[in-house]
Amino acid sequence: MELKTVIFYVFALIMLVAAVRVITARNPVHAVLFLVLAFFNAGGLWLTLDAEFLAIALVMVYVGAVMVLFLFVVMMLDIDAKRLRQGFWSHMPLAATLGVLMAGEMALVLSSEYFGSASFSGQTMPADYSNTKELGRLLFTDYVYPFELASIILLVAIIAAVMLTLRHRRDVKHLDPAKQIAVKHTDRLRVIQMPAEKEEAE
Amino acid sequence: MESSVLQFFQWFWNLFGLWDWVWSWFEPFWPLVWIIIKIVAIFVPLLLGVAYLTYAERRVIGAMQVRIGPNRVGWWGLLQPIADGLKLFLKEVILPTKADPSLFFVAPALAMAPAVAVWSVVPFFDGGALADVNAGVLFLLAITSLGVYGIIIAGWASNSKYPFLGAMRSAAQMVSYEVSMGLALVCILMVSNSLNLSDIVRAQGQGAMTDAGVGFLSWNWLPLLPMFLVYLISGVAELNRAPFDVVEGESEIVAGHMVEYSGMAFAMFFLAEYANMILVSATVSIFFLGGWLSPFGFLPDGIFWLLAKMSTILFLFLWLRATFPRFRYDQIMRLGWKVFVPLCLIWIPVVGIWMMSPFNIWK
Repeated sequence: MELKTVIFYVFALIMLVAAVRVITARNPVHAVLFLVLAFFNAGGLWLTLDAEFLAIALVMVYVGAVMVLFLFVVMMLDIDAKRLRQGFWSHMPLAATLGVLMAGEMALVLSSEYFGSASFSGQTMPADYSNTKELGRLLFTDYVYPFELASIILLVAIIAAVMLTLRHRRDVKHLDPAKQIAVKHTDRLRVIQMPAEKEEAE
Repeated sequence: MESSVLQFFQWFWNLFGLWDWVWSWFEPFWPLVWIIIKIVAIFVPLLLGVAYLTYAERRVIGAMQVRIGPNRVGWWGLLQPIADGLKLFLKEVILPTKADPSLFFVAPALAMAPAVAVWSVVPFFDGGALADVNAGVLFLLAITSLGVYGIIIAGWASNSKYPFLGAMRSAAQMVSYEVSMGLALVCILMVSNSLNLSDIVRAQGQGAMTDAGVGFLSWNWLPLLPMFLVYLISGVAELNRAPFDVVEGESEIVAGHMVEYSGMAFAMFFLAEYANMILVSATVSIFFLGGWLSPFGFLPDGIFWLLAKMSTILFLFLWLRATFPRFRYDQIMRLGWKVFVPLCLIWIPVVGIWMMSPFNIWK
């Protein structure tokens, strides 16, 4: 067996175990950390496909930023696991149907080559091929309008999220740093001249 | 270098006349052994550097505050870090009753591992990186962004108030300053046209100023001066060091995420923090100060220039700690999001227009 195949199976095995633990872990913080592990191993799998930009971007964006905020929120939630499990069996039929549908769709995508409806060519690139450069060229030339559109949609979503949660409390003592810096000693301090008092003779 | 090391081994085994026999079964393992030798050659000086950085910090800040600092153990106190390490090694590691036992011990390792792993892409001299990967800058950003997990998990797993507060603060602070660090690096990528750390250094050794013999004027710090400052200050914030050390502010939350840790578990956090300090000084040197390049044309390039630049930056970090009072938390967030991010977002188009104009200096 080739070394690359061994690496693939190691990453794939860890990822599957981590993914199963995400949904079976009782503690939500543990579940999030297993999700992080799954992402990290997915990045490793992409590296074996020579897609170094996607792999590192996955680790940087999802593991390094998104999941940190996820963890941040999950740690602060007061989660009662027992209450969450109520009604598990009544929701089961709907959830199972959805799960089977999704699994079926994924199976169709993966087996499309077998059924002959699409063909993936496992093309190997020369050593000086830069995945990053190629992706950048495609994003900013051929697909520049969809790319810009996606970023504008994201920007709108960010502004909407900020607007929904932004509340100016009136009782907050807000300080303007520019004003703080511009303060002069004469604004705050008044030196009073007091005539020296004479000591009374006893 | 590989061949000279091999020659040494050959000479050594030939003393016993065993070279042919040794090499016959050893040859398939040689690439692996060579990588391990290189890892040790990076790791051991790194740990020594960490140990003596703690000593330097105490001596330098002592001098700045007109104290003496450690001077009892060994000559001029030079054995102090060894004594401290030994002490930490012999201490008991205490597990709090209500802590999450597995995560409590995973956290120090998660803090330490990224701090060490990143060194694999750092080029110490021309061709002197363990892995000269094409996406080196991305790798660096990705792995350093993992360091925050050690702190967050430590804070949560301790199941205690102050560690948790420290973890929350660090999560917000490190994610915020990563944004401005990343944007500052975008300018570097634009002007050097590469994601490879060695290529970024080489790109700084080209241009009219280098030809004129004053190479230090062609390094990125001068044309990208605002980004240099943003990266340097964000680096200090990313390290959770003074004046951005609200994560472990002694006067508020004792030691933040490290409160419940003792012995070697605590030492791991300590090692990770100082290894990260050395790492940030190395990245600042590589991205902005020309890495291994010499400042003047008549002096040779080499690793000593990188080490000299790193020492200067490290001294600056210590100096900052001795000089500035701690930032208030809302001011830290304001500086990151309202000053640095807009500044970077303005400077990226400026550099882009500059590169497209006839005054482009990065051709």
